[in-house]
Amino acid sequence: MSKLVASIKEAIEQCGLKDGMTISFHHHMRNGDYVLNMVLDQIAKMGFKNLTVNASSIFDVHEPIIEHIKNGVVTGIECNYMGAKVGKAISEGIMDKPVVFRSHGGRASDMEKGTSVIDIAFIAAPTSDDMGNCTGKVGKSACGSIGYAFADAMNAKKVVVITDNLVEYPLVDFSIPEVYVDCVVAVDQIGDPAGIVSGTTKITRDPVGLKMASYAAKVIEASGLLKDGFSFQTGAGGATLATAKYVKEMMLEKGIQGSYGMGGITGYMVDMLQEGCFKALLDVQCFDLKAVESIRTNPKHMEVSATQYAGVSGKSAGVDNLDVVLLGATQVDLDFNVNVHTDSNGYIMGGSGGHCDTAAGAKLAIIIAPLTRARLPLVVDRCLCISTPGKTVDVVVTQRGIAVNTAGGKNQELKQKLIDAKLPVVEIADLKRMGEELAGVPKPIKMGDKVVAKVIYRDGTLLDEIHSVK
Amino acid sequence: MNMKITTSAVAGTLESSDVYVKVEPCDKLEIEIESVVYNQFAEEIKKSIMEVVEELGVDSGKISINDKGAIDCVIKARVETAIKRAGGEN
Repeated sequence: MSKLVASIKEAIEQCGLKDGMTISFHHHMRNGDYVLNMVLDQIAKMGFKNLTVNASSIFDVHEPIIEHIKNGVVTGIECNYMGAKVGKAISEGIMDKPVVFRSHGGRASDMEKGTSVIDIAFIAAPTSDDMGNCTGKVGKSACGSIGYAFADAMNAKKVVVITDNLVEYPLVDFSIPEVYVDCVVAVDQIGDPAGIVSGTTKITRDPVGLKMASYAAKVIEASGLLKDGFSFQTGAGGATLATAKYVKEMMLEKGIQGSYGMGGITGYMVDMLQEGCFKALLDVQCFDLKAVESIRTNPKHMEVSATQYAGVSGKSAGVDNLDVVLLGATQVDLDFNVNVHTDSNGYIMGGSGGHCDTAAGAKLAIIIAPLTRARLPLVVDRCLCISTPGKTVDVVVTQRGIAVNTAGGKNQELKQKLIDAKLPVVEIADLKRMGEELAGVPKPIKMGDKVVAKVIYRDGTLLDEIHSVK
Repeated sequence: MNMKITTSAVAGTLESSDVYVKVEPCDKLEIEIESVVYNQFAEEIKKSIMEVVEELGVDSGKISINDKGAIDCVIKARVETAIKRAGGEN
């Protein structure tokens, strides 16, 4: 027996696609992904209409989806992140139905709870055998972890694996097993390797970024959490990477043996693993080639599903035991709510990803961002969109001051520790005032009436709505 | 001081938080503004440019700015530099 079919068209026919169905994609091919566009083009050619695309993320490379929306092929989008190109079109109101934004944990958990139903999942697999045992660790389009695709594979009614490296059965060290897979398609190329992973992710050299990073590292040190058993997540942004570097130096200097590093994994986290800062890495997505190489060769560098990473449907998740997470923000408001969905003009240009999941789970959730960015103050009265609720955010670090969220009497002890460490602790309102003194007070943005997106929190409840841009 | 725009000149960059200013000879005074924070700071930007224009006594010339979110003192410095590069005193 073989599940190999000749083309994407044949796979679509065999899986019984109908108008109005929901199809899903994962984003480990990132901005090099060919699969989403390839499948949608085929579906459009076959004349299907009114489909909902549930993709873990929509990148700029997926711009052709705009045409499919205009032509009525795609009438719904559900995702955890949306890049600026498609985001702009959505913000301008090209789709009738609002986009549904979830978090990485929430997306997987909503599938598992059955509140988000996938008819056909299309899995971009850098290597697969003809029965659908597949992995991202090897192949010319290797992306490392394919953690976000597990929920799709396990919960969709039909599952299509699309690969550009078909190998003999059985694939050794598969990530997703054949038991979930209906058919397998071999194509020339599932992605552009240059867009899948960056060669290296670089630490910032910007003095403002380094100042923020140095403060963030001192916050972590002063918090008392940096001791044996320390667990840590950081993103791939320049300033967060610089913080990781300072944290690493402190751990090596003091001989601290941490527990695990988690998240989207960069080469810097791999360095920390190799130098003994962590016992293991829990990896849902690789950001660079060094991380891909590490997950392929080092058993301590483990692939985890989105549910195990950040979900609420499992009996526990990695985020639940996280000590510290470093996160970015486009806006923070006086209640410490964070916006990572829209820019300061209200255009969609991002999404939660694991932002709200990790903030909710971590003992210490640190937002690191400059006081102003291109003249716009970071701290505002009210975020244009609440991506992460303020009650899950503990500290905001800027280059000019650090604010601790003490609402409801929490974090009093932390605040005192930071003051004792001679860090520049201020109130969140002070950060707003300092930003405005530097840049001026921005005229408030008036949004349109149409709801273009709904932001669903990790527990499935409605967190906020995003309105059209006038 | 009374500056006359006699030639084309530029100042600044297109980096975030900077502004790129171009000044050209023109029969009348023309100001063109493009800014990433136009919605939030249009008035402040116009005011900054006009303050420099008046201070230097420029009554004709085309001043185009492409603003990437510069604060007022940066806008003023870049406009002043571009005008001085483009002009001679009357």
